[in-house]
Amino acid sequence: MSKYVLLRHRDIPNIKDLKVYQDQDGFKAFKKAVTSLDQGEVTEIVKASGLRGRGGAGFPTGLKWSFMDQDNWPHYVVANADESEPGTFKDREIIEENPLQFLEGVAIGSYAVGAQLAYIYLRGEFWQLAEFLDGKINELEKAGLLGENLFGTEYSLKIHTHLGAGAYICGEETALLESLEGKRGQPRLRPPFPPSFGLYGKPTVVNNVETFTNIPLIMENGAEWYRDLGTEDSAGVKVFSLSGRVKKPGNYELPFGSTYRELIFEHGGGILNDAQIKAIMPAGASSAILRASDKVLDTPLEYASIRKLGSDLGSGSVIVIDETISMDWVIKKTIDFFKHESCGKCTPCREGNYWMSYLTRKIHSGEKTEEQIQLLYDVASNIQGKCLCALGEFSVMGVLTSIDRFPEDFGREPIGSDKG
Amino acid sequence: MNDLLSKYPEEIKTILAKYPSEQKRSAVMPLLFLAQRKEGYIREQALSEISQILDIQETEVATLVGFYTLFHDGKTGIYHIQVCTDLCCALRGSEDFLTGLCEALEIKPGETSQDGMVTVEEVKCLAACDKAPMFQVQGKDGISYHENCNVDNTLEMIQEWRESGAAEQEETK
Amino acid sequence: MSEKITLTIDSQQVIVEKGTNIVDAGKSVGIDISVFCYHPKLEPVGACRICLVEIGRPQRERSTGELVLEADGTPQIYYSGNLETACTVPVAEGMVVHTANEKVTTAREDILEFILTSHPLDCPVCDKGGECSLQELTFGYGLSESRFPLDEKIHLGKHLPLGDLITLDQERCIQCGRCVRFQKEIAADPVLAFYHRGRKANIVSYSNPPFDSYWSGNTTDLCPVGALTTKDFRFEARIWEMNASPSICSHCPVGCNITLNTRRDPKTGRSTIQRVMPRQNEWVNELWICDKGRFAHHFTASEQRITKPLARNSKGKLKPVSWQKAFKIAAERLKSHPDGLVTLAGGRLANEDFYQLRTLTEGLSGKSVLNSSLAGGDLTARVGLGQGSNIKDLGSETVILVVACDLEEEAPLWWLRVKAAAENGATLIVVNPRETKLERSAEYILRYEYGEETQTVLDLLEKKSEESRAFKEKENGVVFFGAEGMNFKSSQILAQACANLLIKTNHVGKKNNGLIAVWPEANSQGAWDMGFKPQENLPEVLKKAETLIIAGADPIGDGIIPDLDGKFLLVQELFLTETASRADLVLPVLAITEKSGTFTSGERRVQLFESALPASGECLADYEIAAKLGLALGLEMIQGSSEQVLEEIIKYQPDYASLTLAALREVPEQQPYVTNKALSYTGTVFKNTSGVGVQLPVAAENTKISLEKFTLPKKGFGNGMLAVPVTRLYDRGIMIRTSEILGPRLIKNQLIVNPIDAKKAGLSADSRVDISLGKRTFEAAVDLDQTIPEGVILIPRNMGILLDGPEKAVLKAVK
Ligand SMILES: Cc1cc2nc3c(=O)[nH]c(=O)nc-3n(C[C@H](O)[C@H](O)[C@H](O)COP(=O)(O)O)c2cc1C
Ligand code: SF4
Ligand code: FES
Repeated sequence: MSKYVLLRHRDIPNIKDLKVYQDQDGFKAFKKAVTSLDQGEVTEIVKASGLRGRGGAGFPTGLKWSFMDQDNWPHYVVANADESEPGTFKDREIIEENPLQFLEGVAIGSYAVGAQLAYIYLRGEFWQLAEFLDGKINELEKAGLLGENLFGTEYSLKIHTHLGAGAYICGEETALLESLEGKRGQPRLRPPFPPSFGLYGKPTVVNNVETFTNIPLIMENGAEWYRDLGTEDSAGVKVFSLSGRVKKPGNYELPFGSTYRELIFEHGGGILNDAQIKAIMPAGASSAILRASDKVLDTPLEYASIRKLGSDLGSGSVIVIDETISMDWVIKKTIDFFKHESCGKCTPCREGNYWMSYLTRKIHSGEKTEEQIQLLYDVASNIQGKCLCALGEFSVMGVLTSIDRFPEDFGREPIGSDKG
Repeated sequence: MNDLLSKYPEEIKTILAKYPSEQKRSAVMPLLFLAQRKEGYIREQALSEISQILDIQETEVATLVGFYTLFHDGKTGIYHIQVCTDLCCALRGSEDFLTGLCEALEIKPGETSQDGMVTVEEVKCLAACDKAPMFQVQGKDGISYHENCNVDNTLEMIQEWRESGAAEQEETK
Repeated sequence: MSEKITLTIDSQQVIVEKGTNIVDAGKSVGIDISVFCYHPKLEPVGACRICLVEIGRPQRERSTGELVLEADGTPQIYYSGNLETACTVPVAEGMVVHTANEKVTTAREDILEFILTSHPLDCPVCDKGGECSLQELTFGYGLSESRFPLDEKIHLGKHLPLGDLITLDQERCIQCGRCVRFQKEIAADPVLAFYHRGRKANIVSYSNPPFDSYWSGNTTDLCPVGALTTKDFRFEARIWEMNASPSICSHCPVGCNITLNTRRDPKTGRSTIQRVMPRQNEWVNELWICDKGRFAHHFTASEQRITKPLARNSKGKLKPVSWQKAFKIAAERLKSHPDGLVTLAGGRLANEDFYQLRTLTEGLSGKSVLNSSLAGGDLTARVGLGQGSNIKDLGSETVILVVACDLEEEAPLWWLRVKAAAENGATLIVVNPRETKLERSAEYILRYEYGEETQTVLDLLEKKSEESRAFKEKENGVVFFGAEGMNFKSSQILAQACANLLIKTNHVGKKNNGLIAVWPEANSQGAWDMGFKPQENLPEVLKKAETLIIAGADPIGDGIIPDLDGKFLLVQELFLTETASRADLVLPVLAITEKSGTFTSGERRVQLFESALPASGECLADYEIAAKLGLALGLEMIQGSSEQVLEEIIKYQPDYASLTLAALREVPEQQPYVTNKALSYTGTVFKNTSGVGVQLPVAAENTKISLEKFTLPKKGFGNGMLAVPVTRLYDRGIMIRTSEILGPRLIKNQLIVNPIDAKKAGLSADSRVDISLGKRTFEAAVDLDQTIPEGVILIPRNMGILLDGPEKAVLKAVK
């Protein structure tokens, strides 16, 4: 058996081929579900596994599935493969190398919520991946693993790919649904949430690619097996996308409970040029930035413990910053990104990011006056808590935490390293 | 006359088949990609052709062209090199790569080379942060990723495009 | 009754219906929560974030669901720490809302500051100045300027034409999206959208022509800033310099309530209308008016108006004369030829005009005739829409039948409201020989061939079908009928069939039930009620008359009759129409904007309008002219104001007996609350302070109405092409033609045929044709439309081809 749950291609060559995948018991779980389990039973197993969404928010997956409005049909399933957060590149590897496990996950999820139509929403840049997936879906249909009356039952399932066209906001699930409906990708008001009002106004489950890819092995090996892989707080394994100033950037699948130290120094080979590590962004550009103290480096990677440190595990996109980098540059980069990606629907995000971008550029280009920095801090604080969706809220995290936690980079009094 | 329909009848059928029949509007983005396939940008006429196919207003089609960055409403270079200079790539030298490439091509970021062959631009994160410097090329064959690049191997690639472009021109003559 | 919810807003107890949001709940007790993107008629989107408030909710025990109480016995209130948008949160029992505490006030200031970072702050030259919510709020919150540097502001296009009627100032746009949502949700013309995203987003229209909608003007009322303005109002006047007079739109039978904003030019001393604004009437037009109503007022200021009486001199020329002379000529003639008088009036006159003209005509034993080919005004008086009806309230318990008309073109607001009723659950049956826009909202579409309209309606009664069952089973039933493809005779039969359908299915004499005629003019119903009726063979009637008084009608221009030579012809008119130019005597009349009176709408709502402008030249109201003529002839007629005439009408017209002036002026409370203080809430629509009118009772409320027998018309029109007159909103009628701003939107001199027929006749989209109707031949251009049935030629009314009803025609290409 592979030592991996998700990145199984790393020790099972060609698992992307249907034959190889089936030799590894591929699609047995789906068949078992469709032929011998009630839809509710599948959801119960996923609930019991403790699996939480890997797209960022970490919402319990089984619980989400159980929220589907049973009085409103049809139901839809949407896999979120928009993957556009700076620092995140795990879903791409999963789809490229282990596509069948992902598709089986989508299929099982669809069966669990009674959906007969599922979409995979990929960022537009992934069009080759979409064609690749289309080919795989085609093969599965030919093999009788997708399509009408599966395994001789009443259940039918179609899966289609759908391409975005360059908009980070479409990763936000309601913006994604709008986009899939052929509209501008702007977030909807929530509530109602997709399980009661989703695609075409119908109950819809939206899950991340990695979330789905966990499902087949959970079904095969049981909820308990999965729980045991992780910790009490965070069940199972997680793919961390490691990037930035490390020697070996890439995706690493680790059980929850591992540490940043293991991820960065063992797997990632340490810091480029053996420089000193300075900061960690646990969740891509949206992160509340952590000062890389020993305490932080040795904290077990779990949803709760990272939150305790004053950040979030998010989608596990770990960006490493070393001593050669100044934080005022980092936030100039992140704000550039958010300014570019703000959908413009709500005022604070639209105007605030423009303003912050102006200020971060000015500050980075040398005008590090206390007045400018205070204004930047004010503007960021004024945005906070007032946006329609999380993008706007994300945008200020880096700014506020950089100024708070790395004052020396902004010409302010440094704080003692013990406080970091 | 609906050019799009007559040029791509099969493709359009396949696209429409993906969505519930009363939700045809979902096909608008795939159709825009189709309209953009040949020339790399969307002509105004295509807006009305798509609006006819989907029974929606041209304005409802146009608004998407404006919103999504992969749709272009004007002509660009034949090859559109978009270098990711977002945070993670920049941490691994992509900004220097961009500067080097532009210097070699004697253009500034955002400009098109003199022969109209390449436009070089910056782009936001492309989900390839571990393979910087990297860029995507938007050209007539869609989008392709090029990872772990340096200025030399990129210039070589451009040279190849130029040669094959010249050959193609020769052929059409 | 629906469920009520009690909550607290700023320590005030508020009781509202379940489902109300916090902004509306606040309004109901006078607490104004600032909004930009929210509008009570549009779906809330929670985008601008200016309405952030702090909301506390009563704590409940997890396990039992019981309220957790404080020591003093009041429920413990839980605050999440986040502010929420009041426009999107529905009220809940026991909620505690703070709209003005420090946290909320600061948040509002922050949002305002964000909005101002993009705004050009060009209030001194902005047409919205004085009624701009952004300006109002900025003053209110005392932010003198933004901390964002001015030279970093985004610069976007200024005064760009967004269409023929609307101008866009991109810099002022705050991206609230009200205009986009209005066009999509209310107007169902999604021809506006944002282009780009983030801060660069701007409003665009890609329709052809741009901003192709009959509703575009409403977006300028909804725009909370000065980004959208109407082309004719830009830079014309400042808000505070204008007077406001209540009026009624005179362009169709809906009777939209409007406010006329006028301004006296200090240099010329001349007063003119600056703009027409909707005036709230939730029973009629809610907060909207169509573009014709908004822009076709320009005719009143036209240089072409007649302003002096004109009499034909010995050389046969029309020359100005004094009123005294004019009345003398008229009286002499009418006295010497008392027999054979026919008074022909058009449906744009007021009730008072009709009443006085009829009194005059009767006094001279003449005949009062209405210039119209639509029948049924007597039926609508008996089984018309019941008192207290409101189309807006119609829902799933109602069936609506619309037959032989194109509501969007003929009575736009009815189209809007019937569509909304269908969205609200009403079963809509559209019966028409060709596709109309209303069909998109219909549950059942019945198509027939021209001439078979009555049979189609009868089938609803006599044959079994889903739609006939709907008609029988639904609690409420409303029928709209028009005269597409009909003459007066066939329209009479259709009207009777529609009335019978309603009577048989028990849909008469009560609220939200009854018959509505889609009249060609604003006050056709009033004309019927005052005793003016159409005639089956109008040309004959006119030919026979020796003496004619024609008011507000142009039978020669309309082609009803080629000439009226050899008769005494007295014409009361605004313009020198074809008929007027051949008259012996032309008497100049006041436009509706210059007089007062009442109209009776198609829903039989009597509504008052007041004069907004002084008289043009020497013009008099039609009713005054009639009274003075009567005086000169020794008839006993009221010589007073329109109000005095109205009192007379109330006294002598049984249908109108229940009216009082006070009732006409009554203003019940309306929702949404239009207050001039919180402009941003409903846009710049005007509060109604002068009355919403009174819906007349129908006879069926008191008496049992029985079915009328009739014989069906002979079927079909035989082979060959059939020319059919249709009504278009922007026709070339005199009032529209003279309102120049509508020029580019007017119908072309084009008849419309199916491409298949065009091909047969060797025509293409830009050909010119000769169309022969009997002995008459006209030249016209051709427009192709595949939704027109084959074998049919549509002839828009007022394009110069005279057609009283369907007629055989021959098309020939002009070489
Ligand atoms: C601005 C923004 C971008 C997001 N981008 C992604 C994304 O690219 N992929 C993803 O799976 N989830 C993304 N999310 C999270 C989704 O909204 C949603 O929570 C997720 O797809 C749910 O799946 P999960 O429960 O499996 O995590 C994003 C959220 C926000 C606010
Ligand atoms: S927070 Fe930003 S991305 Fe989200 S709705 Fe507001 S403008 Fe759009
Ligand atoms: S968010 Fe409530 S009014 Fe705009």
